[in-house]
Amino acid sequence: MRKIKEFVIEKSLLSSALVTIAVTVGIISVLAFEAFSFFQEVSIVDFFTDTQWTPLFTKKHYGILPLLTGTLLTTFIAISVALPIGLSISIYLSEYAPKSFRKTIKPLLELLAAVPTVVYGFFALVVVTPFLQQFIPGLSGFNSLSAGIVMGIMIIPFVSSLSEDALFAVPKALREASYGMGATRLQTAFKVVVPAASSGIIVSIILAISRAIGETMIVAIAAGQQPRLTLDPTVPVETITAYIVQVSLGDVPHGSLEYKTIFAAGITLFAFTFLLNTLSFRIRKKFREKYD
Amino acid sequence: MNVIMTENTENLNTEDKIAEKYKLQTKDVNVFYGDFQAIKEVSMNIKPNSITAFIGPSGCGKSTFLRLFNRMNDYIEDFKMEGKIKIDDTNIYKNKIQLEQLRKQVGMVFQKPNPFPKSIFENVAYGLKIQGIKDKKLIAARVEKALVQADLWNEVKDNLNKSALTLSGGQQQRLCIARTLAVEPSILLMDEPTSALDPISTAKIEELIHQLKKEYTIIIVTHNMQQAARISDYTAFFYMGELIEFDKTKKIFTNPDKKRTENYITGRFG
Amino acid sequence: MTNVQKNRLKDQLFKFWGIGCTLIGLVLLIIFIGGILIDGLSRIDWAFITDLPSRKAEKSGIWTPLMGSVWILVLTAIISFPISVAAGVYLEEYAKKNRLSALLEINISNLAGVPSIIYGLLGLEVFVRIMSLGASVLAGALTLSLLILPIIIVATREAIKAVPSSIRDASYALGASKWQTIWNQVLPASSGGILTGVILALSRAVGETAPLIVVGALAYVPFAPSGPLDQFSVLPIQIFNWISRPQQGFIDNAAAAIIILLLITFVMNGIAVYFRNKWQKKLQ
Repeated sequence: MRKIKEFVIEKSLLSSALVTIAVTVGIISVLAFEAFSFFQEVSIVDFFTDTQWTPLFTKKHYGILPLLTGTLLTTFIAISVALPIGLSISIYLSEYAPKSFRKTIKPLLELLAAVPTVVYGFFALVVVTPFLQQFIPGLSGFNSLSAGIVMGIMIIPFVSSLSEDALFAVPKALREASYGMGATRLQTAFKVVVPAASSGIIVSIILAISRAIGETMIVAIAAGQQPRLTLDPTVPVETITAYIVQVSLGDVPHGSLEYKTIFAAGITLFAFTFLLNTLSFRIRKKFREKYD
Repeated sequence: MNVIMTENTENLNTEDKIAEKYKLQTKDVNVFYGDFQAIKEVSMNIKPNSITAFIGPSGCGKSTFLRLFNRMNDYIEDFKMEGKIKIDDTNIYKNKIQLEQLRKQVGMVFQKPNPFPKSIFENVAYGLKIQGIKDKKLIAARVEKALVQADLWNEVKDNLNKSALTLSGGQQQRLCIARTLAVEPSILLMDEPTSALDPISTAKIEELIHQLKKEYTIIIVTHNMQQAARISDYTAFFYMGELIEFDKTKKIFTNPDKKRTENYITGRFG
Repeated sequence: MTNVQKNRLKDQLFKFWGIGCTLIGLVLLIIFIGGILIDGLSRIDWAFITDLPSRKAEKSGIWTPLMGSVWILVLTAIISFPISVAAGVYLEEYAKKNRLSALLEINISNLAGVPSIIYGLLGLEVFVRIMSLGASVLAGALTLSLLILPIIIVATREAIKAVPSSIRDASYALGASKWQTIWNQVLPASSGGILTGVILALSRAVGETAPLIVVGALAYVPFAPSGPLDQFSVLPIQIFNWISRPQQGFIDNAAAAIIILLLITFVMNGIAVYFRNKWQKKLQ
């Protein structure tokens, strides 16, 4: 009797764990199914080469490139903000800061990531864009610059926290060897500790990029809804995620081609983040083995 | 005044003539970690071109004391030091002294070999590069010289670009010694440099230490009393943060003044 | 200036740069929040909380989206809690080192990195359409439950890992079965850590906007939901809607609603940190 009970419990716990597999299978099949049906109406070559994305206009074009450049542009700006700041924070905290300071500041930094993204969107649109317009006269009310900057601030803790863990894991003996030869903390940090922790730092950067690519509300609010193939950060653009929001807000009947476009856009987005996440998982696995 | 006794240090400041003869002098040194006192009133004088061994049971403060000489304890939080430590008659705990300058002059080899995850060449060149030396020929020459001094050159001269982590433990430790020598210090601190090595590698390092004595003042912390007896000229016995006895090695191991030293040497505790 | 002095100077400069970087994000956040308080605080009164949405900014309240958020919070907690804790227990206590557990592991790590809007697309197709739940609170809560599943699973595993093995051994030594040991010893001992993870995950769910927009949550709902199959809006969507309006009155409304949302988020985070500290002390 007891054995049966134990068996049933184990199997029901297992099935809960299998739900996670079902979610992945569900995501991939839903995206693939709708995207497949989309590509029966739109040529896949056009999808990747057409330079216009106008599914909601009368003259329809289905080129993903403008959405892709919009996504990559905002991501690039965000990483340009988050990477130097986040890395500097992690080096400061692991190599310079007193323990007590480290302990208080880390949860506060995590708070940056806990603020809902719609709030950051508000900052970007209502605070940062008007502020930047004082210095950049041609800056449009919607632009990728302020959306990217604010997104960068949001992902600072993603870079700093993981990188700091990696730096902190570098054996103390290496630092001592470097100090012992008369190196400053700065030299030790950049010539010994950072190279030794490089794989962990790379993982943090990849995850931050993946996070920025998938971020939705900041760009939907502050970057605009005008798909255009440009690298100009001062004009409105549209990201993949913002497009999905735009369509979802409207009244698009199920089964229509417009409905399917959000899945085609979604699978493109998913492919990117999936690749980045898998890559980071691989590196992390390897890196963990190195230190154990 | 051939035998340096702890009593001599009492007059350290007044007798300038004696001071000139010493490479390193400490006077009334106390070390605290928070409320814990790790070193108690230690005074000691060390002669140039000598090998001094620090012995004593674990936790007696011998490593802490050694690490005072290149201010390696400075980064430890709530570390506090009182007293005077002079190298070549300069107080190294004066605020104006530059940490980096001091550490170039006082090299250190650690318990476990700790080569950087870089090539053999880069490891030895590291200390020169951080000083801002850019002359490639000079760097190459100094790297070779240091590797020769550390008795490693013949083993690695064809593989200088290989990762230092591919070397054996004993080779790694000799690389770490070479890395320290390349900076051309005048004092070498060694914190149990052979405790992680096999007997053959240990013998090689001991031989090397003996050769290095000609050019350097060497202080070595060791757990291994035979090692202290084999290689050192002077031996200091520490117990619970106090310097119990400091004398010629021969005297310490044959006829120590203090009972506690004798007990430790003969293996009655420790 | 000698090289040594130059290096020292650089070292000092970097120290200040590092402190600056550490503080800049927080300083900006404080400036942002300060600005929002100035814009929105005067707008908050009891009526703002209890009023229904309106076409006029000054008459609009947040009652329906607030209730929508409460519904979402409660339903998401009910759905995600048992599944994710069970999955965490399985992975930590039962799973053997084989291909299935390796697959589960990489899969959960991947799910944690899937953009939230993709979960919205999943929910739209599966819950809204195939299961015909429509754009209901339940469909939204199911979607968010899947979204926070990996977060709670990871937290559960960490919490269980932190339980000393001596507790397990003592229980087994008394003849308890595996499940009895888990249920009576391991889970109570790790409950603080699990609770922390659940609260943090739920605070994330409360702030989520994109997946619920995709699922079909509305920007304007006249009434608060009274059952799981009712239509709904949530605070973040209401904020989004108000931000998109040109009139200053709505911007002030958005600021006021953001204050309420941040209050909820920060209080939840605070509770989570409180539980974690208390639990960690108990564990030692």
